[in-house]
Amino acid sequence: MPTVGPRSGDAIFANVERVNAELFTLTYGAIVRQLLTDLEEVEEVNKQLDQMGYNIGTRLIDEFLAKANISRCVDFKETAEMIAKVGFKMFLGVTASVTNWDIEGTCCSVVLEENPLVDFVELPDTCQGLYYCNVLCGVIRGALEMVSMKTEVTWVRDVLRGDDSYELQVKLLKQVPEEYPYKDDE
Amino acid sequence: MQFFGGSDVSPSPPAPTAAGHNANVMYMFNRNGVCLFYREWNRPLRTLNPQQDHKLMFGLLFSLKSLTAKMDPTSVDRGNLGVPQLPGQGCSFHSFRTNTYKLSFMESPSGIKIILVTDPRTGDLREALKYIYSLYVEYVAKNPLYDPGTPIR
Repeated sequence: MPTVGPRSGDAIFANVERVNAELFTLTYGAIVRQLLTDLEEVEEVNKQLDQMGYNIGTRLIDEFLAKANISRCVDFKETAEMIAKVGFKMFLGVTASVTNWDIEGTCCSVVLEENPLVDFVELPDTCQGLYYCNVLCGVIRGALEMVSMKTEVTWVRDVLRGDDSYELQVKLLKQVPEEYPYKDDE
Repeated sequence: MQFFGGSDVSPSPPAPTAAGHNANVMYMFNRNGVCLFYREWNRPLRTLNPQQDHKLMFGLLFSLKSLTAKMDPTSVDRGNLGVPQLPGQGCSFHSFRTNTYKLSFMESPSGIKIILVTDPRTGDLREALKYIYSLYVEYVAKNPLYDPGTPIR
């Protein structure tokens, strides 16, 4: 049986079911607003968004793998390309690009030209420390952890804070090999 | 722009016609060895209690995967047998056959393993396993009430 190669982000995006963009943006905005009201501390909200993203990421990875039909990536560079080209396209409908590789190949920047989560959003002065899209950091971190890569994801540039585009820094901390979970004496 | 959403869409790949009605047993494990799903349709001989059976199956597959990766003649870098594998290295086996049954296996990069024991004359079940995986994604991973790492009911 001929094996199907990895499907491009566009092909999958055309196939998945979609919701209205405004609905998505407004729902996300409502979540952030509610978190700000409940928690009041901007740092707490950032952490909470990251945690929510992490939980989403651990489930999202299975869906991504099933729909994109790819086998294991050989190294981190390929992984980052996959996330930017296929992942972002599939789930958010935007293409990201990968730049700024460091010498060992463990740290890169994912640049998003447009970000659907922040349509119609402006940060007021009271919330200047807020990373509005921190949920995306959590999603990437959670998803990569489920494929045995421990990473750290942070925002480098954020349009809501005055920069010109969105830039996420993804740093690979280590690759965790699979271990036999049962103890030997049982 | 429009986005992904919705949870009641049926998975897009069509069900393969090969593996019709001859599945005997099916297991599904996650990366920690928890047996997420077990179903049997035709299993005359029972030797172990379910716990041991699951452990045996998981251990078997884990070791087989490790062994096949180490014995790969095309790959460059070789550690000794027993050294844990980094992700991205190594090949993966997909089935073995005895004179009475055939066991087909699929592992996703996230550690979900799907095992199907069938009649030995069954053809290649990789497409069927992929289909099962996408069903898992559709109805289990997306279910907000499902706690990852617990058996599926």
